[in-house]
Amino acid sequence: MDDQIKDTRRKFLNNGWKIGLASMIGGAALAHLKEGFAFEDTTPSGETMELMDVDGNIIEVDPMDVEELDLDHVTHNVRRGMPGRKFTMVVDLAKCQNALACQRSCNKHHFVTGDNAWLKIYKMQETEDTSPYWMPTMCMHCDQPACVTVCPVDATFKREDGLVLIDNDRCVGCRFCMAACPYSTRVFNWSEPNQEFEMNMDMVEELHSPEHAGMPSVKGTVDKCDFCPHQAEKGELPHCVTACPNGVFYFGDKYEDTVTNGNETVRLSKLLEENAGYRLFEDLGTEPSVYYLPPKDRLPFEEGLENYNEFQSVEKPDAP
Amino acid sequence: MSKYDQLIKDLGPRKFSLKGKLWVALLLAVTVAGIIAYVDQLIRGQVVTNMRDYVLWGLYISNFVFFVATSFVAALVVAALRLTKNEWRRPFVRMAQIVALACIIMAGITIIIDMARPDRMMNLFIHARLQSPITWDVIIIPTFIVVSLLLLYFPLIPDLAILRDHYSGTNKKLSKIYGFFAMKWRWSQQQINLQGKSIHLLVLMIIPLGLILESIDAYLFSTTYRVGWNSTNFGPYFISGAMVSGLGALITVVYIVRKNKQLENYITEYHFDKIGKLFNLTCLIYVYFNINEYLVPLFTAKKGESEHLETLLRGEFAIPFWIVTLVGLVFPAILLIFKRFRKPRPLYLIAIVVVLGAYWKRYLIVTPTLLHPYLPIQGVPENWHYYFPSVHEWLITGATLAMALLIITLLIRYVPVISIDRLAEEEAERLTSEKKAAA
Repeated sequence: MDDQIKDTRRKFLNNGWKIGLASMIGGAALAHLKEGFAFEDTTPSGETMELMDVDGNIIEVDPMDVEELDLDHVTHNVRRGMPGRKFTMVVDLAKCQNALACQRSCNKHHFVTGDNAWLKIYKMQETEDTSPYWMPTMCMHCDQPACVTVCPVDATFKREDGLVLIDNDRCVGCRFCMAACPYSTRVFNWSEPNQEFEMNMDMVEELHSPEHAGMPSVKGTVDKCDFCPHQAEKGELPHCVTACPNGVFYFGDKYEDTVTNGNETVRLSKLLEENAGYRLFEDLGTEPSVYYLPPKDRLPFEEGLENYNEFQSVEKPDAP
Repeated sequence: MSKYDQLIKDLGPRKFSLKGKLWVALLLAVTVAGIIAYVDQLIRGQVVTNMRDYVLWGLYISNFVFFVATSFVAALVVAALRLTKNEWRRPFVRMAQIVALACIIMAGITIIIDMARPDRMMNLFIHARLQSPITWDVIIIPTFIVVSLLLLYFPLIPDLAILRDHYSGTNKKLSKIYGFFAMKWRWSQQQINLQGKSIHLLVLMIIPLGLILESIDAYLFSTTYRVGWNSTNFGPYFISGAMVSGLGALITVVYIVRKNKQLENYITEYHFDKIGKLFNLTCLIYVYFNINEYLVPLFTAKKGESEHLETLLRGEFAIPFWIVTLVGLVFPAILLIFKRFRKPRPLYLIAIVVVLGAYWKRYLIVTPTLLHPYLPIQGVPENWHYYFPSVHEWLITGATLAMALLIITLLIRYVPVISIDRLAEEEAERLTSEKKAAA
């Protein structure tokens, strides 16, 4: 008798939680359905408008189906990123001749004052028999970022738009991310950064955001290339891209399959396909957002040598 | 309570001699110098160290790894020997616990010293992310500190009660302090049962905790893409290294205490021989893991890895590497096989060499790897291509070592170095069994 009572109670409880769960899911689904049906009320206007799709074809659509994207006023969560974007970069090694304009521009606009630039141009030569080339590197904004994995406080984080950024107000300065990064891209503020700003410090503090690294840099925290989201927000290209006299850097959006170096705008997939694009240390599985085009038919290597300085990447104003 | 008198006289608190006072003064002076250097580091930033963007971890982290390793002695000598009922452990247990506690406390402090923003330490809790090995450290180190502290304290309670009673006539203040920590201990059966159970539980805990602690310490390195760190061998390699440096430090401390307190009757050659054998075993295990770490990879090392091995075996770091490996590990492992090197004095000398080697070894694990990133080191000042600790780093690290020694010294000054309670009990047992035999 006792067992029977227990059994029915068990059955009742068992059914009870299932019904509860089902009604919760059902309720949530219904709520969403209602949102979906809201559009059904709009009747086709009968008019059409011409638009260009991502492949460059002209298509005709009903104006009622078009929603205006107010890019200038889209506010986004700094930690989540710009919705619907996936930033990417292509570096054409054939065009690089170590002019260093990218590095100077980057140093200037990110107020880099240390001894280690965020954008480095390496003099590379794999073996004696292979020929040398110049290789600019910046943060690879990996899709599997080793730095983000090891950060104990979520100070460095990965966004939906592909960027890996640093919250300098949270970083505890353990430097584990620097140890983890295989691209040696991270730079530490070993002392109080001696930065000079044209605007007053209050304004700098107000604009202070992970989206503009280096403004200002914070003592005892890590800095690195941020892919210039502050520029992207204005619809402009990163400083290194615009500064390069040879058009080495292409910046763009992977979802749009379009990248530009300021002079020409090209399909990302086509550029990579035609030039045998690759990524650095693919075998590590870090999935970088930066692609390289091999230095085939490159500009003369030797011309870059006069700019090459093995022991300096940040120009310092001459000491008095 | 006369049965304790001789034991208290031999093992109990004893005022510092002039030598002792000078020793404490020296440790205090080194500590103060380190604190001054640390304040300067706080004000000016980590720029006062010689660490830079490539060698981003240096002496502090080596020092941290050494402290963590040495604290493993609690799990080995106190717990493992207890569970295997090795009675010869008796004279070592208390000092092992003291060494372990001092080291794990200083490990915690050292990792904070390496953090450039200690003011944001709370972020480690507020924004903790569980997949970071540093968060694992944040969890395991305080846990290990608490368990080590209790493992020192619980077995100590009867001794504190003995001292409370001993000083009740002569030194009221001291008696009161010991009495406070003795928690009304009266040798009641209930208390003894509770204490026995608690100690057993702690002993069972400290072994897995120790293994986890050493493994996490290894994972700090092996979870990165770095050549020379990214090794599946690192966990057991660190555990075996921890056994060596922990035992080495313990033997050194025990020998010095034995000499200064004239404890030759309590810590005999038999005991040294036994612990020397254990030391020998751990050294041989460590040799084995070194072979796995440095020799086996030679066969299949990829380019970066073979370059790294090259600098250790033949290049830039060859001299320290071979000194540490041969003098600091292989020779001791061979010598300890022979009984005469397990006599107190030779064993002590070998232990000192091994501890120094173990310290230097940590430095050789941290630094050479950092000087071999995947991309070449370019575009940075010339002195970033090598690393030697700065004066600040030496002073601060010296202070952490001095503080560890200070903790050990003060505990040994005020606490019986071998359990008086246990010794008295054993003596009583011996007498009754003798009586029985006579009857």
